[in-house]
Amino acid sequence: MAQAKTTEDSDLVLDIRGLVVSFATNDGEVRAVRGIDLAVRKGETVAVVGESGSGKSQTMMAAMGLLADNGRATGEVLYRGRNLLALRPKALNAVRGAKITMIFQEPMTSLDPLYTVERQLSEPLVEHGGLSWKQASARALELLELVRIPDPADKLRAYPYELSGGQRQRVMIAMALANDPDVLIADEPTTALDVTTQAQILDLIADLQKRTGVAVVFITHDLGIVRRIADRVVVMKDGEVVETGATDALFAAPREAYTRMLLDAEPAGRKDPVPESRPIVVGVQKLGVSFRIQQGFLKPPTILKAVDDVSLTVREGQTLGIVGESGSGKSTLGRALLQLLPHSGRVQFEGRDISNADKAAMRSIRRQMQLVFQDPFGSLSPRMTVGQIVTEGLLVHEPSLSRRERDLRACAALEEVSLDPSVRNRYPHEFSGGQRQRIAIARTMVLKPRLVVLDEPTSALDRTIQKQIVDLLRDLQRDHGLTYLFISHDLAVVRALADTIIVMKGGRVVEAGPAEAVFAAPADPYTRELMAAALAPVAAG
Amino acid sequence: MFGYVTRRLLTAIPTLFLIVTGAFFLIRVAPGGPFNLERPLEAKVMENLNRIYHLDKPLWEQYLYYLGNLALGDFGPSFVYRDFSVAELFASGLPVSIQIGAGALVLALVAGTLLGIASALRQNRPTDYGIVGLATLGITIPTFVIAPLLSLVFGVWLGWLPAGGWGDGAWSYKVLPIVTLALPQIAVVTRLTRGAMIEAMRSHHIRTARAYGLKPWTVVVVHALRSAILPVVSYAGPAAAALLTGSVVVETIFGIPGVGRYFVQAALNRDYTLVMGTVIVIAIFIIVFNLVVDLLYALIDPRVRLG
Repeated sequence: MAQAKTTEDSDLVLDIRGLVVSFATNDGEVRAVRGIDLAVRKGETVAVVGESGSGKSQTMMAAMGLLADNGRATGEVLYRGRNLLALRPKALNAVRGAKITMIFQEPMTSLDPLYTVERQLSEPLVEHGGLSWKQASARALELLELVRIPDPADKLRAYPYELSGGQRQRVMIAMALANDPDVLIADEPTTALDVTTQAQILDLIADLQKRTGVAVVFITHDLGIVRRIADRVVVMKDGEVVETGATDALFAAPREAYTRMLLDAEPAGRKDPVPESRPIVVGVQKLGVSFRIQQGFLKPPTILKAVDDVSLTVREGQTLGIVGESGSGKSTLGRALLQLLPHSGRVQFEGRDISNADKAAMRSIRRQMQLVFQDPFGSLSPRMTVGQIVTEGLLVHEPSLSRRERDLRACAALEEVSLDPSVRNRYPHEFSGGQRQRIAIARTMVLKPRLVVLDEPTSALDRTIQKQIVDLLRDLQRDHGLTYLFISHDLAVVRALADTIIVMKGGRVVEAGPAEAVFAAPADPYTRELMAAALAPVAAG
Repeated sequence: MFGYVTRRLLTAIPTLFLIVTGAFFLIRVAPGGPFNLERPLEAKVMENLNRIYHLDKPLWEQYLYYLGNLALGDFGPSFVYRDFSVAELFASGLPVSIQIGAGALVLALVAGTLLGIASALRQNRPTDYGIVGLATLGITIPTFVIAPLLSLVFGVWLGWLPAGGWGDGAWSYKVLPIVTLALPQIAVVTRLTRGAMIEAMRSHHIRTARAYGLKPWTVVVVHALRSAILPVVSYAGPAAAALLTGSVVVETIFGIPGVGRYFVQAALNRDYTLVMGTVIVIAIFIIVFNLVVDLLYALIDPRVRLG
């Protein structure tokens, strides 16, 4: 971690002055960025921190001329003395992609699915570096080696869909470094990645920065990352800079209340233990789920074991944390347990064997076991009011209720998740991610379930919102004696909620035990790796 | 690839068989026959005609007889256009229809795609509204209005082009029918392209392309259009089959000796063999163009696997 140098103005590579970004919307003009100043010096790493909606991404999009059609930017974005906002498209194109480059939050979709990695890496080289296509592909190979992709020659010929998220992000980084840039803008580059991949990408960026001397602007909402890599921090809120300073100083003594709140947003607290005498709600023995993958005409299908020989027990009022990276089978396990997927092995719910029970038999049990999804935007029907969404389950499970009674239940459920009951006549798009997740939780609570499977319910949310949802879930559990299965890759959240955890990898349980014990002394090397990747930056401070 | 095409063409045989069978019996269910004219023929004449054309046999025998001839490539004689076999009618008419249809198809794809792109890049601005307005108009106004209108304006008033006729295939005779046939298709392709382009231009990988300072041409054509063209391709397959097999309205109004007229006339006249012929020709075109669409898809999108 390099110290922020005291430098003269000649070291300034990017100087944003009085930037205002506004969007023309149907409700009039919305100001996303309200006059901010931000300077980036040669070779330093500046972290721009804030919650969603703070304008941190739009600041950089404006600088790069990438605002949506209805967006407008005023002020100055100076790169080596030239105001990028005033440049004509052609002159701007000579800067962006060559001297100022960008990597994005969405590694899965940021590359064109229809072209090979080679072609996409070569494009900026041909465009800005004046290379021939042949020279460009040789250089592209060097770049892939630089970002340490396994089998670079093969990956060169691959299409994006053949790469993993981490590999795609490496390709993006290679593309960003192709023309020896002065500034690399990284917009939440690790948010969509697994923790261990996240750590690798961060290390890679830090390493490449040392080698190339590029200045990095790192946009993130994750303070753990900031502490790990940034020289300076700029904290943004509602389109304004609220605080800025050297990383160590800011973390040690934040001046502004908002900064303190962000720093304090790590989910805290532990769950009260549940006595062993409580009845077992869920018992699972040797559960397995496999998928047949047809590889082509006449070829025998391969069998993918998504979940392999998993056994677990959860008592009333307990929370079982199911931890693992994407592809570890944790969501599949949750779904099989709810009888949403065919499986082998035995699943008992409140003493009844429900393994592969048919739809009719499940209907009465379904009410007792509910599910909350990760994506608060996709899991609520946009054409139904909140009230309709919350009470839809009642139509199935308690058809005898009158409209009025259902309405009362909806009000009660919404109050329980700390939403004003008057919101029930509004539509999901009017709510923020955190509020939508509350609605999704209300939808399950209205049925008074015994077991709730929470599939990454907090991972799409800001840290401060996460904390509120975690608190809410804990309260609901205490008040109603709920049993949770909490599926997550986020160890901090799991730690705050779970009594016991199981760690999954490749469909198998690699470690299981009481949460405190596992966190204190992880036995399995994979668990240790996960914890190192996820908790190290925080623990380091 | 070769194996895939062979397999697809082989599966077309049972499909065609089912279509032929269905069509054969359906047209026979319709009341009347090819020789039921306004003024009834003499019983003796009728009997002779029925015998010559095997209409006196039981239906299943006629069916087997037809299938047998079909297997040998014989579509049989036309019942109404005496002295012509169905094959002869198609041999003279189909090339004409294909010329007009292919012209209209190319025109529709080129003009529609260009207009669609122009509209998408200027979304919600006057150009966009203008193009979308015209496209809506193009879809709403039927060909039987456009055709006489064009004929009147360019053929009669301005005298630039022949008002009708085929002129042994001179190019000037093809312009108006091609334009007439293409206009509604241009409108559809424009709308499809516009929608797909707007979505493509908003996608993340286009943001990447713009962030990397690529030329507008590269961004719009190389990256955005390649994915935006997919819905157009899937529309163009069936549309091509329909265009190339002729249009009743256009061929009738401009007096063009294509095969489009046969669909309607044969059905009305109970010209059994000609109806069967047109059904088979259209079915083959649809099967072939669906195959072409699938091949194009795989060519455009590497994620599509043929198999």
